[in-house]
Amino acid sequence: MSQFDVTGTRARSGWHDWLMTETPRSRRQARIGSFYQGWLTLRRNPMAMFGLSILVFLVLLAIFAPLLAPKDPYAQDLGARLLPLGSEGYPLGSDSLGRDILSRLIYGARITLYIVALVALIAPIVGLFVGTVAGYAGGWVDTILMRITDIFLAFPRLVLALAFVAALGAGIENAIIAISLTAWPPYARIARAETLTIRKADYIAAVRLQGAGPLRIITKHIWPLCISSLIVRVTLDMAGIILAAAGLGFLGLGAQPPSPEWGAMISEGRRFILDHWWVATMPGLAIFIVSLAFNLLGDGMRDVLDPKDAGK
Amino acid sequence: MTDTTEQREARHPSRLLAALRKIGATLGQIAFTMVGLLFVTFVIGRVMPIDPVIAVVGERATQAQYQAAYEAMGLDQPLFVQFIQYIWDVMRGDFGMSLLNARPVAEDIARVFPATLELATLGTIIGVAIGVPLGVLAAVKRGTWIDQTARVVALIGYSMPIFWLGLVGLLIFYGILGWVGGPGRVGIFYVDVVPSVTGMILVDSALDGNWTVFRNALSHIVLPASLLGYYSLAYISRMTRSFMLEQLSSEYIITARVKGLSERAVIWRHAFRNIRVQLITVVALSYAGLLEGSVLTEIIFAWPGIGSYITTALLSADMNAVLGGTVVVGLVFVCLNVFSDLLYKFLDPRAE
Amino acid sequence: MNITRRLMLGAATGLALAATSLGAVAQTPDDMLVIANRIDDITTLDPAQSFEFAGADVIRNVYGKLVNFDPADLGAGYQPDLAESWEVSEDGRTITFTMRPGMTFHSGNPVRAEDAAWSLQRAVKLDKTPSFILTQFGFTPENVEEMIRAEDDKVIITTDQKYAPSFVLNALTATIGAIVDKETVMQHEVEGDMGNEWLKTNSAGSYAYRVANWKPNESVTLEVYEDFYKGAPEMKRVIVRHIQESATQRLLLERGDIDAARNLNPEDIAGIQDAEGIEIDDILRGRLMYISLNQNHPQLSDPRVVEAIKHLIDYEGMQNSFLNGQYTIHQNFLPQTYLGAVDENPFEMNVERARELLDEAGIDELTLEVGVREAQERLEIAQSLQNTFAQAGINLEITVGTGQQILSRYRARDLPIYLGAWGPDYPDPHTNASTFAYNPDNSEDAQLTGILAWRNAWPAEGFTERVDAAATETDTATRERMYQEIQADFREEAPFVIMFQQIEQLARKDNVENLTLGEAITAAAYWPVTK
Repeated sequence: MSQFDVTGTRARSGWHDWLMTETPRSRRQARIGSFYQGWLTLRRNPMAMFGLSILVFLVLLAIFAPLLAPKDPYAQDLGARLLPLGSEGYPLGSDSLGRDILSRLIYGARITLYIVALVALIAPIVGLFVGTVAGYAGGWVDTILMRITDIFLAFPRLVLALAFVAALGAGIENAIIAISLTAWPPYARIARAETLTIRKADYIAAVRLQGAGPLRIITKHIWPLCISSLIVRVTLDMAGIILAAAGLGFLGLGAQPPSPEWGAMISEGRRFILDHWWVATMPGLAIFIVSLAFNLLGDGMRDVLDPKDAGK
Repeated sequence: MTDTTEQREARHPSRLLAALRKIGATLGQIAFTMVGLLFVTFVIGRVMPIDPVIAVVGERATQAQYQAAYEAMGLDQPLFVQFIQYIWDVMRGDFGMSLLNARPVAEDIARVFPATLELATLGTIIGVAIGVPLGVLAAVKRGTWIDQTARVVALIGYSMPIFWLGLVGLLIFYGILGWVGGPGRVGIFYVDVVPSVTGMILVDSALDGNWTVFRNALSHIVLPASLLGYYSLAYISRMTRSFMLEQLSSEYIITARVKGLSERAVIWRHAFRNIRVQLITVVALSYAGLLEGSVLTEIIFAWPGIGSYITTALLSADMNAVLGGTVVVGLVFVCLNVFSDLLYKFLDPRAE
Repeated sequence: MNITRRLMLGAATGLALAATSLGAVAQTPDDMLVIANRIDDITTLDPAQSFEFAGADVIRNVYGKLVNFDPADLGAGYQPDLAESWEVSEDGRTITFTMRPGMTFHSGNPVRAEDAAWSLQRAVKLDKTPSFILTQFGFTPENVEEMIRAEDDKVIITTDQKYAPSFVLNALTATIGAIVDKETVMQHEVEGDMGNEWLKTNSAGSYAYRVANWKPNESVTLEVYEDFYKGAPEMKRVIVRHIQESATQRLLLERGDIDAARNLNPEDIAGIQDAEGIEIDDILRGRLMYISLNQNHPQLSDPRVVEAIKHLIDYEGMQNSFLNGQYTIHQNFLPQTYLGAVDENPFEMNVERARELLDEAGIDELTLEVGVREAQERLEIAQSLQNTFAQAGINLEITVGTGQQILSRYRARDLPIYLGAWGPDYPDPHTNASTFAYNPDNSEDAQLTGILAWRNAWPAEGFTERVDAAATETDTATRERMYQEIQADFREEAPFVIMFQQIEQLARKDNVENLTLGEAITAAAYWPVTK
């Protein structure tokens, strides 16, 4: 913790003490404190921090896209199409309709984040809900919910997503729904497993004796405990989500033209892969870098949160 | 579910009967999952705004011709009737005819599934052959550059858009270097040369003793299988590492070390032995994933597998073909799951 | 540890070895023709039902017709084929064909007048989608046995009224005019289907090849028929393989794994045309790329808006960029090389003129939906339209779907704007005239879903009668002039904006000769090919 000694303002060390205390005064303080300790561990993992900084950069890119993008991502110029890397005014070249690839990539970051954020909200929440209810209720509720989970697990994933998109119509929102639909079952299983271990714990029995109803127990006492393993899983799944969205875009079922979604950009550019390789490669690299960032961060977080792997 | 089964078991003295019950319950579970799977697929098929009749009759059809085809395809019947009829047919092994090309779906699947099976099997073999040693090594050399390299190699595998990697791989290894065969399962003039026994060209040509075809087929499969292999390698090596770490930090390994056993014996005879079962589960899962048919890889490599079969069928609303394909893929997935569950119970004494 | 390392090394070297040692690529054998094409549109190989480009290629090489085109001289028009000669009666209603003697089907059965008459009757009775090509001459399942009949070695075809003989004969060169082996087909009849089910995947023809194998979305294999009456073809086996991606087709061609590639995009053509041993043929096809404007739409039914849109398309820009070499500007409904075709293309991109017209129509801003099939070149056209429309304040929303999704809505008059392609069904001007400029009943109930004018709710007033008149005109020069005049008015008035005509760029190995694709009028011919 030497860096804190160096910076050492009173306020910060005060916060530091509050966070690191061995005797937290409230449950909230304990929880925040343990997150803080996790963060400190994570900070020592250079790869995870590398991943995190890429993601921060991505968020900034998305927020300030209008300021950063050199050109209008939709502006066509048929006279300046398929320009190579480093062309004047087109640092990453231009696509088949003469649009600036760099500007499209920058705006595309917004779409990627939009997809990731929504799926990362929908799928784990659905999974959490199904899993905890099944695990807590047990009996026939458990059986039915878990059989439904099995059905969705047994589906070929991309096919299920394809089917839903085909049913709902192509488009970015429908692609998000479709991906969420295929992504929730594993979360349900994790949440159920956690619930099963928690529900017999003494303190849950104590809470129940105090007269708390099942709804309160699930939302206030079981959910918070499932969250950390879900967060790790979600972070590790992010790359898969981005790739699935890109795959749908590649098949023409994701974002619709002229949207600069990265998968759709690869799909458009793949026709020129032999002579104008950068058109498909730049968005391919973007997808690769972002999903690698998520994987690095997720891997680091697993080291922190998963006791199996945790450094001792 | 689990509770009730356990209670019933406890009451029954006969272990055989209990085992039979368990098998029955498992089969029932599989049947339930399959029917559910079909039902969901069926519903999706009906709400999909793609009109299979148009695909059959073509753009110029008059309304009367359209109507005639609509009725011939049985689409005028109530959805429920269609579904029951379908389940009944499937139970008798009849998957119906493809709406589009009027060929039996079972025949089509018998043609495309072995292609995927061949690719997925080779991919998994590559994934295991490299992924497991890599994972063990990373765990043993934890925190060193070897571990970090293994981690990066695996994470890159997770992060790569496979369709892009496929295109680039094809361009380099086939287009420029000419090291491997091109798209498709086998060179065009070797198509249908060896009699089809299993539908897997590598196996068929080996059975036939036709090594020219075998070599050619191998040259075609090497690239897509390596790509899929890389993908499963990423998963398998990470999981292996994680399992091994757990073992290596456990008491008995420390005891074994203290007893002066060689490092090799500790790692392979003790630690690795104990993760076999978990590992099989992981491999089965990854195998099941590849057997779904990696749609994008199949498209890039013009590989006539089940993934691209289902996708094509889906996009033209050929529901008999989609349902047939889903049944097969779902069944494989469920069976692999049950298999690894059973293996778990069978091999791992702690699971009892 | 050593073991691990050795294992990994072993695996790695094994893989590398496997990869390097397998490289050798052979050329295709001398008597085999291998073509890469997109053939996923084939749903049947029954000539009475087949109605797609890839299916027509197969059927042209498998079945003879009464009259047919000579691949060596397509400009000469229809020529004798299974019929040796024909005579037109004085009232212009009856054509009597005399069959060529001594011909046999692949089965060994003789080719009789009976087979020819039955094949045409069969197509009418089965009433599949392409049947209108025959039934437009007044044949019905009830009367067809009298209207088309065999007498000894003669086939006698009587139409319900007088038509231009060239119109009837041109229609008979279409896929549906294929003559099948009645005896063989009837052996495979199931529940009175006249062999329809069996012919979907099998063949019973008399031409250069028979169908050895069709694997949907994979390949079609044709095997030579040595007793072909024009002489045994040099290519003993023809394989058409379905390869979706242009880049993949190009790699296969460059490596010598195929002899010809049919779906290379402009960039791949540009990349390959200087390669050694590869030739590119530019072949003008009959397919037109157009947009249509639904007349049920409140704004689109204003003629000023229609005209404005015709000025908002960057024809030149598209032709010279992403469509380069594969589409040529063409603004008339008859493809070049057709009787009556004209090459006047007056419309150019002119935003000011369009804006004036829109102002006259009192339209400030307008949002329109266009339906497009998921195909790259169409998506690019749609995006270019979106760009140029926006310059005049029209906001174009693109809806992308599979072919069937978009077509279903188009047929239901549900799309404000449709962007798509149209290929002629038979090599006579009536084929396009009768769908673009013809609409006998524009009412909703008429459900004339096969007719483009109806789909756009355009009554085609003043055009329908002129199209009918042109179809029955027996003097060819007069007929030609009639079509030219119809098109001149159509171009200005109709809610169709015809933009381009397709040029197919066939990339082939330079040792492959005489491979013709049939230009705008027919399909590919494999029997003259030499290597």
